[in-house]
Amino acid sequence: MIGASVPIQRSPDARLLVVDDYGDVTHHARADFPNLVREGDTVVANDAATLPASLFGVHLPTGNPIELRLAARDSLSPERVTCFTAVVFGSGDFRTPTEHRPHPPVLQAGDALQLGPLRAVVLRVIKHQRLVDVRFQNPVGEIWEGLSRYGRPIQYAHLPEPIAIWDTWTRIASQPVAFESPSAGFILDWTVIRLLRSRGARFATVTHAAGISSTGDLELDQLLPFDEPYNIPPHTATLIAASRRRGGRVIAIGTTVVRALEHAADRDGTVRSGEGIATQRIGSLTALRVVDAIVSGIHERGTSHYELLRAFQDDDTLFRMNSEAEARGYKTHEFGDSAFILHSGRSARSRVSLAAANAEPRVIADLLPA
Amino acid sequence: MSQDMDGLRVAITGGTSGLGLALVRELLDRGAHVAFVARNREGVERVARERPDAHGIVGDVSQKEDIYPIAIQVLGALGGVDVLVNNASSLGPVPLVPLADTECEDLELALATNVLGPFRLTKALLGTLAGSAREGRHALVVNVSTDAAVNAYPNWGAYGASKAALHHLSRIWDEELAPEGIRVVSIDPGDMDTPMHALAVPDADRSTLKRPDVAAREVADLIAAVQSVTAGHVAADQQVLQ
Repeated sequence: MIGASVPIQRSPDARLLVVDDYGDVTHHARADFPNLVREGDTVVANDAATLPASLFGVHLPTGNPIELRLAARDSLSPERVTCFTAVVFGSGDFRTPTEHRPHPPVLQAGDALQLGPLRAVVLRVIKHQRLVDVRFQNPVGEIWEGLSRYGRPIQYAHLPEPIAIWDTWTRIASQPVAFESPSAGFILDWTVIRLLRSRGARFATVTHAAGISSTGDLELDQLLPFDEPYNIPPHTATLIAASRRRGGRVIAIGTTVVRALEHAADRDGTVRSGEGIATQRIGSLTALRVVDAIVSGIHERGTSHYELLRAFQDDDTLFRMNSEAEARGYKTHEFGDSAFILHSGRSARSRVSLAAANAEPRVIADLLPA
Repeated sequence: MSQDMDGLRVAITGGTSGLGLALVRELLDRGAHVAFVARNREGVERVARERPDAHGIVGDVSQKEDIYPIAIQVLGALGGVDVLVNNASSLGPVPLVPLADTECEDLELALATNVLGPFRLTKALLGTLAGSAREGRHALVVNVSTDAAVNAYPNWGAYGASKAALHHLSRIWDEELAPEGIRVVSIDPGDMDTPMHALAVPDADRSTLKRPDVAAREVADLIAAVQSVTAGHVAADQQVLQ
């Protein structure tokens, strides 16, 4: 498939591939998304802002150049930014496809790294020579200043120009805890959110520390996604519960939202609010407890994002979806087109909910402040 | 001192002198968590030494490249923002001159500091402000304006015109952001005895000027009033504090 080649979040001609709960594929303008949302639905997006997580510097024991891409930490707390899991790269930059980058120097526990104003020490090498835990030695305020001033957004080899930090923040971006952009959220802007509400849907957010999507190393990519901390605000859990009671759908904007909500869902689909760490992998064997549909980018087979879609639709349908996307020239990647995929197992409930929605006018309490 | 702002997360630009510094002190004393921004590192460090409970951030809101680093550090310091005070301002040409003698670059600087800077920073922090509102807090943007935004004072062209733009931006934004639960107000704190006023009117009788700590208390009262509003989107017009 064709990758998106310019970092435009809301291209006016972006398209939306829709897979309904019977597995039928239709094609729409992405601007039509609000019209596909129904009264009583709750649309949940990830409001994580993106850290400039790529740090260039020097491996002090050898003097060799190094790029550190921060990839995970164990908390969303703004005070706990001392320790990160990171993927290391050797010399070169994003213009070299990550799989062709020279190997980084061999790192060992205790090695010091100078990354612009930030000094880090390698705590351990984990599972793979290019995957390390590091600890910054600067005070917390200096870490934030160093990341914000010296860090660059993680770049993509398929884009000819470097992306700037503002290319990576969604309209709703809040706490800077994501390592790569929760890019499914590019479908939203404040006008779309208003349109969703005018359709009788509700808008809510989770904050989920989206990790890196690819490392350019097959072996390393097998370890993705890493554990990701998330927070579900109480009002989001309340809106989801209200939606489910009324037979409305829970529509997740992005794979990270699916991961957070499903991790926080009890067996009966009740979502617990608060913080957690999503450790699970979602795939063909996952029985989704709460999410009824996902909006996602167009993902190629073999990626962890694609694996997650297998929880929504069977392989034949996904194969058909991808063939159609390819035939019609859908653009992949973070700044590409979108897919709206309903869960095939929800058809019965959807029919019931439609009947219920027709029988009763809307009653859902608007929990937003006036 | 009343602790009516316990835990409120407030970011203030231009926080090392004049009204901004007085607001940093006033809001901290009322229990708020405060991050302040200013261009000059020495000034930021001086205020941070005086008030170690505040988070000082070095940045220039008139510079596009500084906005995201400022926003990231504010979010890193406070964990979210409930109130943004866009207070940093530029007079334009100093000493003040008629528009006919105003260099285009001086007008550009006034617009960059007084209009584009607040617009960009508000936009970068809109996600966190909307999140604050969804969690039931009263998210608020306070844009510091002036009576020169409304009245045509000779020699105040660059400042007055840029503040007029900020004032109108505030009014429109307040209408548009109502559904998100975010209030945007433009306030006129009055003529204050500040370094900026001294630059603009060097021979002013300082005894006739409002003390910045008095103005800061009034702005803080306004912020507290918005926080205590239980429902509804109160009048969107400019709040005059004089």
